Amino acid sequence: MITGEYRSNKKQLTIFLLLLIVVMLASASFTEFNFIYSIQTLPKAFTWIISNLFITEQALEKLPSVMDKLIETVFLSITSTTTAGVSALFLALLGSEATKVNDFFAKLSRVIASVYRNIPIVAWALILLLSFGQNALTGYFALFLATFGFLVRAFIETIDETSSGSVEALQASGATYFQIVMKAVIPECLPQMMSWILYMIETNIRSSTLVGILTGTGIGFMFDLYYKNMNYEVVTLITLSIVIVVIGIELISNYVRRVIL
Amino acid sequence: MVLLQVDHISKHYEKDKPVLSDISLHVQQGEFISIIGPSGAGKSTFLRCINRMIDISSGEIHFDGTNMMALNKRNLRKNRTKIGMIFQHYNLVSRLTVIENVLHGRLGYKSTFQGVLSLFKEEEKREAFHLLEKLGMAEHAYKRCDQLSGGQKQRVGIARALIQSPKLLLCDEPIASLDPSSSKIIMDHLKEISTEMNITCIVNLHQVDVAKKYSDRIIGLNAGEIVYNGAPKDLLEREIREIYGANAAHLMMK
Ligand SMILES: Nc1ncnc2c1ncn2[C@@H]1O[C@H](COP(=O)(O)OP(=O)(O)OP(=O)(O)O)[C@@H](O)[C@H]1O
Ligand SMILES: [Mg+2]
Repeated sequence: MITGEYRSNKKQLTIFLLLLIVVMLASASFTEFNFIYSIQTLPKAFTWIISNLFITEQALEKLPSVMDKLIETVFLSITSTTTAGVSALFLALLGSEATKVNDFFAKLSRVIASVYRNIPIVAWALILLLSFGQNALTGYFALFLATFGFLVRAFIETIDETSSGSVEALQASGATYFQIVMKAVIPECLPQMMSWILYMIETNIRSSTLVGILTGTGIGFMFDLYYKNMNYEVVTLITLSIVIVVIGIELISNYVRRVIL
Repeated sequence: MVLLQVDHISKHYEKDKPVLSDISLHVQQGEFISIIGPSGAGKSTFLRCINRMIDISSGEIHFDGTNMMALNKRNLRKNRTKIGMIFQHYNLVSRLTVIENVLHGRLGYKSTFQGVLSLFKEEEKREAFHLLEKLGMAEHAYKRCDQLSGGQKQRVGIARALIQSPKLLLCDEPIASLDPSSSKIIMDHLKEISTEMNITCIVNLHQVDVAKKYSDRIIGLNAGEIVYNGAPKDLLEREIREIYGANAAHLMMK
């Protein structure tokens, strides 16, 4: 009986793999992606990258202004993430099974979170561009909304996982809703929530580069500018500094995480 | 004196699937009652109906002279302060210290503002230490709860319930996650609380022998109905078979 089950599992796996290959071939032909051609062009692409993307002394002169924009971008992502985090906490309290006020608001909060989360950040940027125009506020709101949706979902799970027991205990002892939130939910969930916020700050520094290209702000704007002028040395400098900053932020947040968790 | 009076309560989550059906039970002040029964019999549900953590579908509950069903939110909170609750998984705020957790038991007596700012009186703090001492936990008062063993956590849970100055303790499988020696410590404490402090205890249990050893009265629950309600000494093989079903009872009598 066990071998029978094993065999049928194996059969399922084979069918699954075949299906996967079919889907892959189908989508490749649908998107006109030519595998052979793309491999053939690889060496050419590498030669181009090596011959064009290096940092010259001239490009280094731009470093201060790059740093300026980069700092702007970092602060934009920190501001949008932290404000989104605070707002997400309120909606997450309504949405969590342990701390919900009633079923209607719980459902509503989950629906809102899911809608916001599933609209890509690029779409947010383009939508907001129409109402706010090309400025830093557009970038801020685009990052805020997408982060908000994600964090509500993450916070709901954190609350449900870590504090449903203590919430029940305090409810049974006659504590008020705000006492329960402040004395059980926050102490229990804060480190995990901080960890999510740090993660989103990292993510948003990357995203804000992309958003900046669309909204004409921050490091993304600069990247776009030099890219269109075909000044690839500066583009390389910008890319490299983004990578360094992102790694730096990641190291810092890893350290903070170790301390608080 | 009758402290708790449960009359004909029923509970169903889905229509035609009663979890509790027509349960009636009168409990004296200071009595130690165990509720036993197979998994899914409705023990936890029954316990949570008493302090209205779960709302019943029909019936009446009178506790300490008040009709629990007629209470508004505010008065329900006030009445819950008189009922302590103890859980299988302790339900402590694990990142806070022992003493902070014990003082949580006083939140029900405070305004939201006082509670959030932890404005506890000197005598409340003294009482918290006194209870910890009594439970043999004084040396751990400033430890974080996630550093304690299961038996120690449960003693913090008991202290948190006792600082409410309750008249009734509801204990939902307080020793189900503990080893035998910690279990004995916890059960001894509960027994002492009921005899010395005259606090009524209703304890859900899985172990028939523990129930027989400690209880004044045993309630047997099966599929949401009371099938046994009597003294421990009258709980014999036939009764156990009725509570747990023939197969399980056979295992238990060994
Ligand atoms: N929220 C709920 N919604 C629907 N059904 C529920 C809910 N909570 C409990 N039940 C059902 O009610 C019945 C009684 O559950 P309860 O937890 O009271 O049993 P129990 O006697 O405490 O069992 P155990 O010994 O395993 O703790 C079970 O059949 C359970 O599936
Ligand atoms: Mg149970």
